[in-house]
Amino acid sequence: MGRTIIDKLWDEHTVADLGDDLSLLFIDRIFLHERTGSVALKGLEAAGRKVRNPEQVFCTMDHIVDTTPGRSDDTRMPGGREFITSTRASARAAGITLFDLGDDRQGIVHVVSPEQGIALPGVTLVCPDSHTCTLGGLGALAWGIGSTEGEHALATKTLAVRKPQRMRIRFEGQLAPRVYAKDLILHLISRFGASGGAGYAIEFAGSAIRALPVEARLTLCNMAVEFGAWTGIVAPDDLTFEYVRGRPFAPRPDQWDQALAHWRTLPSDPDAQFDRELEVDCSQLAPQITWGTSPQHGGSIDGLVPDPAAETDANRRQSAERALHYMGLTPGTRLAGLPIGAAFIGSCTNSRLSDLREAATVLRGRHVATGVRAICVPGSSLVKKAAEAEGLDQVFRDAGFEWRESGCSMCFYAGGESFGLEERVVTSTNRNFENRQGPRTRSHLASPATVAASAIAGALADVRKLPPA
Amino acid sequence: MEKFTTLTAIAAPLLRINIDTDAIIPSREMKRVSRDGLSEGLFAGWRYQSPGSREENPDFILNREPYRRARILLSGINFGCGSSREHAVWALHEWGIRAVIAPSFGAIFQGNCVRNGVVPVALDNALVESLAQQVEADPENNQVTVDLVQCLVIAPDRNQHGFSVPKADREMLLEGLDSIAVTLKRDAAILAFRERDRVRRPWIYLPTNL
Repeated sequence: MGRTIIDKLWDEHTVADLGDDLSLLFIDRIFLHERTGSVALKGLEAAGRKVRNPEQVFCTMDHIVDTTPGRSDDTRMPGGREFITSTRASARAAGITLFDLGDDRQGIVHVVSPEQGIALPGVTLVCPDSHTCTLGGLGALAWGIGSTEGEHALATKTLAVRKPQRMRIRFEGQLAPRVYAKDLILHLISRFGASGGAGYAIEFAGSAIRALPVEARLTLCNMAVEFGAWTGIVAPDDLTFEYVRGRPFAPRPDQWDQALAHWRTLPSDPDAQFDRELEVDCSQLAPQITWGTSPQHGGSIDGLVPDPAAETDANRRQSAERALHYMGLTPGTRLAGLPIGAAFIGSCTNSRLSDLREAATVLRGRHVATGVRAICVPGSSLVKKAAEAEGLDQVFRDAGFEWRESGCSMCFYAGGESFGLEERVVTSTNRNFENRQGPRTRSHLASPATVAASAIAGALADVRKLPPA
Repeated sequence: MEKFTTLTAIAAPLLRINIDTDAIIPSREMKRVSRDGLSEGLFAGWRYQSPGSREENPDFILNREPYRRARILLSGINFGCGSSREHAVWALHEWGIRAVIAPSFGAIFQGNCVRNGVVPVALDNALVESLAQQVEADPENNQVTVDLVQCLVIAPDRNQHGFSVPKADREMLLEGLDSIAVTLKRDAAILAFRERDRVRRPWIYLPTNL
């Protein structure tokens, strides 16, 4: 019987079968950041253990670094400096590669990892960060772990992992203009729920996925965890290989053909059996927006705030009622047209060069509405440089956006910068949880293009119906 | 790691679905590079009157007697979804929670629990709701037992409900094992794998850092 890409990567990395569906998996690469990696490195030091193969371990500063121009080790978050200095000291002592502040390679971990060729097709890669599943977009088996598991991976180069069930989701049909990978994944989660993928590793397949550029596949897989999945993956293809070639930690030219030949064996066999299969027609899909406090609370931008009373499941009904109360919304209200106070483009979901380009096509020749605070935070220092080289920074600035240094920034509130109390924010990030972006902040998740269109309108807006510039 | 065998305790029903780790421990409450000192920030967004304050919200269940002494939490599906922050488990543990009973858990959170002496018990939603009803009738006396030796939850009405925990997780909790030490017993196999793999996939192996 044929094997899925997940089975192939699993088998290839199995050091030992531990029984009870548990395998000791070999971990090719490990990434850390200052928020959760610092405590893992410290724990390891305290136990007197060393990092095995430090040349395969990388660390960046992203979660709490200041993203305003002219930044230093001081953070907006009180006490944040300790996270930065502790991480730096531990990383140096352990001999791992650090992308520190001031280094062009610094940026959001899941933006840097593909950019540097650290994440590759077929590698196992872990990071104490739930959005590590992003890297499935390259055909990597990548998943988020806790800090204690991080210590285990650092010390042993392995993790004991229970094999998830395998699911394949085929997205079929051509996406309409201004509909993106972000809309695909938001649609999937709103339709099947925030735990719809629980217990599964999910291969995203189908004609719509094959047509997605690599950066869009990263966006798609980024939110697999928001679907409750253990991870998501897209089989690598020629687009992937072109993307990877020549990156700093990618295979050297003399290793390339061997790597490529191996990568071509990874896609699921035609007769591979999945435990579950879903198909989603995306030819009619509209831009998506969330209205509540879970990624499952979402729908089309041209829709209405739903009535929780229509929800048959009591738990889901209560969750929706709570969410509407928190969000200050009334059932039946049109989503497009809800006034916003702020707009944010950034995060490991949507801060890559292609995201900034899409937003710029909306912003060019337009200006954000009066009273709207708009912020763009490029995903890495290299993304920022590349964007500036093609003049995108000027487009954002001319439109009234702040143009920041790279980092996770206002994707979440760590005690420093935040949006206002009960302020409505449209955001290209991945989590609309209560208080996520600030105390009582009301977050609406959307694609960068929808965020840009909404910033211009001063209200949630349908990017397909832009007024002339 | 602290061992867990069996526990009979007050259980606090917090029957919401999709409780995320941002809600369990908001990022702003993770103030130091440490596993300690997090219990004060547990459920801070719900537990206190306003953001940043420490004035208790009297309506929040963990602020009410006898739930202030709860050692078991009852909750809805997908408990602990979202961020991987292990701080969520560290905060729960430091506050006093030793078991969470819910229909399902976020995968990373579940893994973090068993590495910190907290038992994630998966029971059907109807059973969790039934436990909650029994507890609410008399929370002080209608205590819940989580028996990891027999993998049973004993309800206040004395009904027993089996639950399943993966073998390795159960051993880790029962014995309080150090998982790194357990794995390193297989170190010869790990090193042999690495040597074979280096030949098979040489591009994975980067030059050694100076």
